[in-house]
Amino acid sequence: MSETPVQAAAVGPLGESVRSDLHVAYEPGSGPVAVRVASTVGYLYRDAIETAARRVVDAFAVTTGTLTLTDAGALEWVILARVETCLRRAGLDGPPVLPLPDPHQGAPRQRERLRRSRLYLPGNQPKLVLSAGLYEADAMILDLEDSVPPAEKDSARILVRNALVALDFGGSERIVRVNQGTLGEADLEAIAPHNVHLVLLPKVEDPETVRRVADRLRGLCGDRDAPLLMPILESPRGIFRALDIATADPLVAALTLGLEDLSAELGAPRSADGAESFLARQTVVYAARAAGIQPIASVFSDVSDEAGLAAYVRRERALGFDGIGCIHPRQIPVVHREMTPTPVEVERAIKVVRAAREAEALGLGVVSVGSKMVDPPVVKQAQRTVAAAIAAGVLAPEQEQEP
Amino acid sequence: MSALERNAAGRLVPTSVNGREMAPYRGLGGHRPTGRKAAPAVATCLDYPEDGDKRAPTLKEALAKVGLADGMVVSSHHHLRNGDLVANMVFDAAAELGVRDLMWFPSASFPVHSNQIRHLDSGVLHHIEGSMNGPLGDYCSQGRMRGLGVLRSHGGRWQAIQDGEVHVDVAVIAAPTADPFGNATGDRGPAACGLLGFALADSLYADRVIVVTDNLVPFPCIPWQIQGNNVDAVVPVPSIGDPAKIVSGTTVVTQSPDRRRIAELAARFCAAAGIMRPGFSFQAGAGGTTLAFTIYLRELMRSAGVTARFARGGSNTVMVDMLRAGEVEYILDGQTFDLDGVTSMASDPRHVNTSPFTSYNFHGKGNFASFVDIAVLGATEVDLGFNANVVTHSDGRLLHGIGGWQNCLAARCAMLLVPSFRDRIPVIVDEVTTLCGPGELVDVVVTERGIAVNPRRQDLLDAVSGSGLPIRPIADLKAELDRLCGVPSRPTLSDQPVAVVKWVDGTVLDTVWRV
Repeated sequence: MSETPVQAAAVGPLGESVRSDLHVAYEPGSGPVAVRVASTVGYLYRDAIETAARRVVDAFAVTTGTLTLTDAGALEWVILARVETCLRRAGLDGPPVLPLPDPHQGAPRQRERLRRSRLYLPGNQPKLVLSAGLYEADAMILDLEDSVPPAEKDSARILVRNALVALDFGGSERIVRVNQGTLGEADLEAIAPHNVHLVLLPKVEDPETVRRVADRLRGLCGDRDAPLLMPILESPRGIFRALDIATADPLVAALTLGLEDLSAELGAPRSADGAESFLARQTVVYAARAAGIQPIASVFSDVSDEAGLAAYVRRERALGFDGIGCIHPRQIPVVHREMTPTPVEVERAIKVVRAAREAEALGLGVVSVGSKMVDPPVVKQAQRTVAAAIAAGVLAPEQEQEP
Repeated sequence: MSALERNAAGRLVPTSVNGREMAPYRGLGGHRPTGRKAAPAVATCLDYPEDGDKRAPTLKEALAKVGLADGMVVSSHHHLRNGDLVANMVFDAAAELGVRDLMWFPSASFPVHSNQIRHLDSGVLHHIEGSMNGPLGDYCSQGRMRGLGVLRSHGGRWQAIQDGEVHVDVAVIAAPTADPFGNATGDRGPAACGLLGFALADSLYADRVIVVTDNLVPFPCIPWQIQGNNVDAVVPVPSIGDPAKIVSGTTVVTQSPDRRRIAELAARFCAAAGIMRPGFSFQAGAGGTTLAFTIYLRELMRSAGVTARFARGGSNTVMVDMLRAGEVEYILDGQTFDLDGVTSMASDPRHVNTSPFTSYNFHGKGNFASFVDIAVLGATEVDLGFNANVVTHSDGRLLHGIGGWQNCLAARCAMLLVPSFRDRIPVIVDEVTTLCGPGELVDVVVTERGIAVNPRRQDLLDAVSGSGLPIRPIADLKAELDRLCGVPSRPTLSDQPVAVVKWVDGTVLDTVWRV
């Protein structure tokens, strides 16, 4: 490995409007190393801030130069990440410096689980990540890809890694969206060991990419603990290989699509009724169902249009999708409400499921509800509806059991 | 420097403030002043023009005419909020008259009033008894004011006027509309602000009252919220305030996910605890979180088919909409925060203007505030004993006035809607920097990380058990913050008082120290 010369470096936002974040600058010089702290919360945390910075300085065995922290109330995991990024940018090297882990384990990794809502969080904006575990989204996506500008990829990667260690994401599935190519390789290495439940893979166009990432994850985490995968199809080419991609590897648990990128490639702007993407959306549902995995719909980008979001969710659910992407926490309850079976649907499904159970107990091959005969696929759909209602908390398991 | 004494809340407070003896806080209900109420000087109509025209050409001339002199107490009111031009005119005119050592007794001050710093520096003003924030807050916090600041609630201001603790020599009332006799209203005119309730006490108890208006109408000014029979002089001016800074054109709901979550949890708490029942009442302001609370509460009221008998303002567009929809039968309003509030008050008889006398006054024969079912409030800090701070930042700097905050704590369920921390600064702390609200009165603390119910309210704890709401002991929330933010060191404050916080009964609850 060649020696990189040590140079001046900086990272993080600076200015009046910065909150819960900090700017870190390193200036090489003759020793001993100095740590300068200016902070809006200096009167409460000056020593703690310097101690955090010194932890990274010591881990990197930095002996000279000046580290300047301009802090606006960043938590320790953010300070550690920003300092580590700054020193790496300066050409220094050392081991990852992790924050204290949150004592709560959060939800376990599960292949089969509710994925009605998934909340996107920009990986380089710690303020938006702090409370993410409180919003009760089925899944939380720490994003390293499109919401992070190219120059901040390194910084976001370390922030996301530290967030995975330091924060409790509650019952939410812990998802990271990584970049493509070599950036994505580095992303996987950094985040895989930190209890990531699922990796969201952008712009997938072929099954080989999926298999390569799956192998890499098994290499990093072992067969048992490797995160699941959800490929995102964002191009016509990807859509036409949907089934190959859905079945590329056993780690693939769900399949989704990105309508913004797809629309751009199609040359057809995203319309309210989604006519231009109908084939793509249907294809994703068909491919996912054929592969026995979950079809998950794209995001709805107008945060303040709740009625529009509700209509979008109803439409996508009617197509067969199991989940919707959210870009603001306020979208989550709307998505959950619309993805949850209605009381009428639940009632009808319970009747079918009970009739099927009775028929089985009596050794009957034919299930009937009232005067109507019910086919096995209808029974299967009814069971799915009952399971969804139980999972969403609108139906108690014992209610379904009652005769 | 006067002697310090430890009061019933365990806080060290001065026993003499600006030359007046002041009783230290004696605990809730521990202070019962006796005697007779204060009164203004006897006036006679012989001294006023028979034609009812009390106009003076300028404020300076009016102040001279009423005999403004060194050491007097001059009051003003915050109906025009940060758009107010009148309070600054008063002290600019006083400076021109060469008057010194005045005490300013505003119902609240805003950043626009940092103009008064030069009058404090030059000696025109001696000190301020009223809320101080922004540059004035810093000025006081740094110990640059000659006297001690005295922070009172809106109700405490009435109490101080009525029991004679503060005698107002000259009250100057900015009036969006007035007639030459001095009848005045806030509900119309270019600088309409809704109502003039904060000036009512001053109009009744001050020796001299000057009305300043930019919308003079021929007698009679109808309605009259301030009675001309109490007024000495009327000064027409080109403008009393900047309408854009008086009320907001539109009221915007917070987009902050944390604040929305806090508001939603608080509304759900009210429903789950059974407080949101037919004919209930609530008070919520126009701050980002409390406005969102009103919206969530409204949704829950609709789905439960519940209407409220009355709501207490500051009113805003959402509350007005609820009034129009019959979801709230009456708004008993203390101030209007947006244009819809102003319009509604001027046109809807069910939207009633009130003053701190009806709702907050310790010397009243009862107060509305004590039988409002729900009051939602903010705070800068809450401690493990549910004691709360609303005036200082954790570093000890004065940030806010008390407003009606202390008075609203009397509600049947007083709820503090606060983030658990702000940019690493914990809001839930071991001990508040400044005590403004005794923990006995704070019933519920709602944060984005959970709801802490005061253990004194076992009834509420029982009512919400099994509701699925994240009810947590306050110490549990604090422990989570210690882990998330780190345990803060204690900032060091000086031992020099710069201001005192009064309790609603007039006793001294705590001291603000120089930073």
